[in-house]
Amino acid sequence: MTHIIDDEILDNVCTLAQLNLSPKEREGAKAEMQKMLDFVEKLEELDTEGVEPMSHVFPLRNVFREDEVRNGDRREEMLANAPKKKDGQFQVPKTVE
Amino acid sequence: MELGKHSALELADLIRRRQISVTEAVKDTLDQIDRQEKEIHAYLYIDKKNALARAKQVEKKIAAGDMKGPLAGVPVAVKDNICMKGGKTTCASKILENFVAPYNAHVIDRLEQAGMVILGKTNMDEFAMGSTTETSAYGVTRNPWNTGRVPGGSSGGSCAAVAAGEAFLALGSDTGGSIRQPSAFCGVTGLKPTYGTVSRYGLVAYASSLDQIGPIGKNTADCAAFLEVLSGHDEKDSTSVKREDLDFSSALGKEVRGMRIGVPKEFIGQGLQPAVRQAFMDAMKAFSGMGASVEFLSLKTVDYMIPAYYLIASAEASSNLERFDGVKYGRRAADCAGLHDMYRKTRTEGFGPEVKRRIMLGSFVLSSGYYEAYYLKALKTRALIRQDFDRAFADFDVLLAPAAPFTAPEIGSSLRDPLAMYLGDIHTVAANLCGLPALSLPCGRDESGLPIGLQIIGDCFQEKKILRAASAFEACRGAFSMAWEKEAD
Repeated sequence: MTHIIDDEILDNVCTLAQLNLSPKEREGAKAEMQKMLDFVEKLEELDTEGVEPMSHVFPLRNVFREDEVRNGDRREEMLANAPKKKDGQFQVPKTVE
Repeated sequence: MELGKHSALELADLIRRRQISVTEAVKDTLDQIDRQEKEIHAYLYIDKKNALARAKQVEKKIAAGDMKGPLAGVPVAVKDNICMKGGKTTCASKILENFVAPYNAHVIDRLEQAGMVILGKTNMDEFAMGSTTETSAYGVTRNPWNTGRVPGGSSGGSCAAVAAGEAFLALGSDTGGSIRQPSAFCGVTGLKPTYGTVSRYGLVAYASSLDQIGPIGKNTADCAAFLEVLSGHDEKDSTSVKREDLDFSSALGKEVRGMRIGVPKEFIGQGLQPAVRQAFMDAMKAFSGMGASVEFLSLKTVDYMIPAYYLIASAEASSNLERFDGVKYGRRAADCAGLHDMYRKTRTEGFGPEVKRRIMLGSFVLSSGYYEAYYLKALKTRALIRQDFDRAFADFDVLLAPAAPFTAPEIGSSLRDPLAMYLGDIHTVAANLCGLPALSLPCGRDESGLPIGLQIIGDCFQEKKILRAASAFEACRGAFSMAWEKEAD
């Protein structure tokens, strides 16, 4: 069953993706996503009943180590790339009134 | 361009025997860059001053006997999604236009320890998403064999640099064919190692379960030696594998008599450019002629590889690229009304169309209500594809396939129809989905002189079988000239 990409779904996708689309881009995005979904629909032919999903090539295990500090204070280095900073912190637009 | 006729290993040997100095080698390569770069645009930035200073330093260490590696003194190019401390790393995206990496990727430490000299960072598709290097925010790279053609992608800059004599070796990354396909288009040799063989620490993530860094060079021996430098366990990458068998060069120069070579017949079905088919058939014959057994086999999941790949890659990309929000690094949009507006404006301005396309598709297939139908289905399909390859490798040592269905397309012809472009990845994505090592090396040229790539795929951890087959094929094929040599003819 093909899912239809309508305005509601596209709004949700834009919220999840944190992207704005112009009215023209919206139409293009809807058509392109629809085309991809129609294409990947081919997977439905495959019987995957009982198949274990493979999220990774090898079985992943947590890698543990002692919780010890190995790096020094690199605050200034890390802040060097900040678009805006203040008092040794990353600065963002006001979020709480 | 005197030195360019040498491979990286030959160059390092000349340096060791004091026939030439590291500085001469670096200067010679920088001269070649000056001559060609205006036309090719393989690099995003070149740091001449640093490269020459580094050359002096390496020279001293070699003279003092402190640097004995087989690639010491070799000039190398680095794809711009690999972090180098103090240098820009943009991933060819506007969103990282001013990002200066505060640390080295593990592989950068490795090649510095090996005495290699980094010349600069190479162009790529934005965040490695694309098959032509045309989605770069900083202009296209041109194929050194024909500047009207793309170099392939996403490691197009790295492959073009080697083909144009602008570097002896280059680092690429491969998520769905991004080392092998541009290597084929540019007539160079490129290897995607088994997943986990090379640390991804400091590689800007696209699709973490598929990404792998690998070597690009003029021949198989150079790639094997470079992989020995790059590979090995790194505790900073939790998917890094502890392997013992990293003496890749030991597999070279052996005969292939008795090797069992399989050819998935679905990979040479419809849609192959006739010259690619012919070159592939000739390569099969060459292997039979050398005493290998070459047989067809069937991979029943071929039609499902591209759909599964694009669903998984896009899903992982949408998650990995959430970090680009304008807070800690990179671009931030001006005039924002609050935090959420800032996220959205920054990402809308900073990402190009192909990256947005994949983030949106990925966000959709991971979203509530659609996760099972798309993402989970793709993961189950991936398991079936892996089973298909497991069966194949029970019978065969390596598999042969084209590296791409066609030779390098014209610039401007691929981006209009994204789905058609994705279909061009049919021969390469399975190795990433299954973690398999795979190498592409030149096996011929089409009627307009464009290189054709032969792909050799091995089971996990079987790089040596691939290299054994590749070096035997290379010996049988004879020298394959680099693009700049064509111009000198």
